[in-house]
Amino acid sequence: MYVAVKGGEKAISNAHQWLAEERRGDPDLPDTSVAQIREQLSLSVARVMAEGSLYDPELAALAIKQSRGDLIEAIFLIRAYRTTLPRFGYSKPVDTEAMRCKRRVSATFKDIPGGQVLGSTFDYTHRLLDFKLMAEGDVPKAEAGTPTDGPMPHILSLLNKDGLIQDEISSDAEPGDLTREPLSYPADRAVRLQALARGDEGFLLGLGYSTQRGYARNHAFVGELRIGFVTVEMSIPELGFSIEIGEIEISECETVNQFQGSKSEPPQFTRGYGLVFGQQERKAISIALVDRALRWRELGEDDLGAAAQNEEFVLSHCDNIQATGFVEHIKLPHYVDFQSELELIRQIRRDALMLEAGE
Amino acid sequence: MDGRANWLSLMAKSPVKFIDECWQKAGLSPEFEVIRSPEIGSVMVRGRMGGTGDAFNLGEMTVTRASVKLSCGTVGHGYIMGRSKRTATRVALCDALLQTGDKQQVKDNIIQPLILLKKESDQRILAKAAATKVDFFTLARGED
Repeated sequence: MYVAVKGGEKAISNAHQWLAEERRGDPDLPDTSVAQIREQLSLSVARVMAEGSLYDPELAALAIKQSRGDLIEAIFLIRAYRTTLPRFGYSKPVDTEAMRCKRRVSATFKDIPGGQVLGSTFDYTHRLLDFKLMAEGDVPKAEAGTPTDGPMPHILSLLNKDGLIQDEISSDAEPGDLTREPLSYPADRAVRLQALARGDEGFLLGLGYSTQRGYARNHAFVGELRIGFVTVEMSIPELGFSIEIGEIEISECETVNQFQGSKSEPPQFTRGYGLVFGQQERKAISIALVDRALRWRELGEDDLGAAAQNEEFVLSHCDNIQATGFVEHIKLPHYVDFQSELELIRQIRRDALMLEAGE
Repeated sequence: MDGRANWLSLMAKSPVKFIDECWQKAGLSPEFEVIRSPEIGSVMVRGRMGGTGDAFNLGEMTVTRASVKLSCGTVGHGYIMGRSKRTATRVALCDALLQTGDKQQVKDNIIQPLILLKKESDQRILAKAAATKVDFFTLARGED
């Protein structure tokens, strides 16, 4: 028999006290401020904002501090906070063509209007530990050049002029919102891109990699990768017109993929698209790869049985908060469940022994 | 920077700290009543597939808004990125004052410095980006 018990309050409270102490670390060292995290761990901040699905660098930095740098825990905190906010409305779609780019590169064309702009990239570094960072010291100011006012068009629009790539036409359809309606299948591309934008970077990286290794067979080039600032505009009912309500940093990746053509479509290039909060190009590329793989049905391609093509598999498992909730909950008390399993197995063994004895 | 949409957009995008500094320097203390208490909320940011296609929901951002009425009856609305109730109220006050005879004071002390700051910070980023633009050159291959 199982008797319900209460208890553990004191243990829990002491555990949380210890947690706070460990979070602080060695008290002889200076405390890390939220502003320092926001400024110096800005790529962690970007990840927490994207997967927490809430753009607010200060809150993301606070969450990182509170979670002792456990980014999934930090994302959890942001998701929980997000649910307490009233929704003022939906923005107009951001105009990424007008982005003020910190970085913009194309792997498909060398000479492009606006040029190849590397930005503050880890690319071409030697990945050698820099021991100078262990010593305190100032860094030299970054070189400044002369900005040109010329346009920085989307690279794929250049291909589009010749009709060599599938067009992206706006129908002004109202997109689904998975924070309002739970996911259902089949999901359309709008909902998929929303889910991928807040999906786990590691999971999407693995899936993207799988498409390159042959699972779903679509060879991608990065047509363009751009990172920078876009303005967010929203129409304000009490004003009767729209205003810009902010400016956010985002990363955008457009892939160009081979396409053999189908019964309805001529042979042409197709696109994968990834858009994500913050400076997060690994994630943007991964989203674009997975987005392209998930489009097999609309493009009339074969289902090759690859994980990255399986919408239900990808979308149901890319959310790390759902995943960690379910995976981690099995460590919590399951005394009653287990008691019943124990009872069951004892009964089966008893029955088997009795049967044996009876023969 | 004439026109309500312009000044509201500028203030919404500006750093809270800087708006507060400008407000304090301006030394404005209009009489007003709050007609909508400052409120922190979110806006769902949208993108377009492939940059030009159908819209989709990317994720939310925090926004604070407030509305005020000056004693003369002029109403002002304030929106600001992030979470600052005090600054959203100040933006709403600026919006109202910009519609009154006090507009020059707000323009000189708040709007102009914000325009300058925005220009500078945009320029700083674009200049650093420009310095990382690749100059390609072709190596001579020695084949005459």
